[in-house]
Amino acid sequence: MMKLNLALNHKVGVEKNPRKVKNNIFTTLVIFFSVVTISPIILIISKLIIKGAKQINLSFFTETAPDTFVAMTAISNGEVIPGGILNGITGTLFMVIMAALIAIPIGILIGLYLYENPNKIYANIVRDIADILQGVPSIVLGLIAYIWIVKGLTNGYSALAGSISLSIMMLPLILRSTEETLKMIPISLKEAAIALGVPYHKVIFKVMIPTGFSGLSSGVLLAISRVIGETAPLMLTALGSSVVNYHLDKPTSAVPLLIWEFYNDPNMVNLIWSSSLFLLGFILTLNLLSKHIASKRKAN
Amino acid sequence: MSIINLNIKNPVLSLKDLSVSYDGEKLAIKKINAEIKKNSITAIMGPSGCGKSTLLRALNRMHDLYPDIVTTGSVFLNGIDVVEMSNIDLRRKVGMVFQRPNPFPTMSIYDNVIAGYKLNGMKQKKSERDEIVEKSLRDVTLWNEVKDSLQKKGTFLSGGQQQRLCIARALAFQPSVILLDEPTSALDPIATAKVEELLLNLKKKYTIVLVTHNMAQAARVSNQSMFMYLGELVEYGKTKEMFTNPTDKKTEEYLTGKFG
Repeated sequence: MMKLNLALNHKVGVEKNPRKVKNNIFTTLVIFFSVVTISPIILIISKLIIKGAKQINLSFFTETAPDTFVAMTAISNGEVIPGGILNGITGTLFMVIMAALIAIPIGILIGLYLYENPNKIYANIVRDIADILQGVPSIVLGLIAYIWIVKGLTNGYSALAGSISLSIMMLPLILRSTEETLKMIPISLKEAAIALGVPYHKVIFKVMIPTGFSGLSSGVLLAISRVIGETAPLMLTALGSSVVNYHLDKPTSAVPLLIWEFYNDPNMVNLIWSSSLFLLGFILTLNLLSKHIASKRKAN
Repeated sequence: MSIINLNIKNPVLSLKDLSVSYDGEKLAIKKINAEIKKNSITAIMGPSGCGKSTLLRALNRMHDLYPDIVTTGSVFLNGIDVVEMSNIDLRRKVGMVFQRPNPFPTMSIYDNVIAGYKLNGMKQKKSERDEIVEKSLRDVTLWNEVKDSLQKKGTFLSGGQQQRLCIARALAFQPSVILLDEPTSALDPIATAKVEELLLNLKKKYTIVLVTHNMAQAARVSNQSMFMYLGELVEYGKTKEMFTNPTDKKTEEYLTGKFG
């Protein structure tokens, strides 16, 4: 009898322990892998700050990229490289805004069409093609813009060609986010407006789009932050420029293009870090902003 | 179908052989003939899927929104076929309130009430607008609760207040008929009681058609009742008589809780 009791107790004890052990193993694994997941971004940001922060000053934002001799002299004297990336910042903003102006109206209109006709064959084809477009390598889009715009329209590298290649990248993102946003709006809201005798187009533009506005804008911001760091298509289209350019038909610089140029010039290495820090900071801000808008929308 | 003692003179709405089908084959409501009495509450009840909401939504041509839905027969509003009226005319005269409160989330309380005018691009003077908003909100007894926060978003109100706001939105047009599609099914008992009390007041000025899942609610507020089953209007009569002495066996079984 004693033996049996002891055996039982023992068994119960053994049964409990493996659970605790398993639990501990899994907790440790979860913590380990979460740290593995988040550590790259922390390492990247800290590296960029350590290496790039000293180059960031007022002239970084107000002056164009320096000449390689100026940079060499500054480095041999142990000074900070003079000049900045103004031509890149303005070029990036110029091309991204142009791309957004092209992609937003088209993307939202197609998104509306997909939402209104979810099961039509044509809508399904459009949806599939948009998904494929999203997977097309950006350099291929650059090549296409090179053939169509650089060769065919502007007779040379141009901001327009860069904008168009970027807008093609933005299009599928905006289109799908528009469709998803509109789908989340309860149908009863649409019916409420219809029941007030409001014509259908006004229901769409005065009720549906304002209601989904935060969703739409967070989709647009995400699309912008996706393309703002694109380098490959711009190499084949906008090429780069050492001056600030606002002409659609002239070569234009961009922050990622400048990073590539700095990489190819041993005297400019320090500027790589500061430009990358600026670009990453900009994209992170856009991402956070779009997340903030999306969470506000959920709260409503 | 049995209609008893309903000598309705000058009906606001009359339904002639009204049928609706969602797929063009199977009928969701079958050849409904009925007349709706002015300044009274007519309840439409029946088990889920019997076609109550389908019938209600045919009255202000909500089905036009979905091209697959086929409506045959006719509905006359004060003697005029609703098919001949423009959308805005019809829906100014026949307001609708939905199952779940659905104020426009982007608009303030004030704008929600005036939404029918605003969204249709009808311009009025500010004083006229203020008057419409105040009157509509007073009609739904919401004025005292929200008069200091008219510029706040309508979605900040409680569920019951939101539903009354939606009723006010329908009243702003001064309609002759108000259609309500289970307006209290998403509300708590206290808010429900308020809405029911409101309906009893509103029937002095408006004709009310109320779809309800809740037999007790039909008994409490309605003057006439329709009982629908499998798309057919089984019985239509005065509420008191129907609840005390139903003529149809199905009605009796439903009212005594044998199904539904």
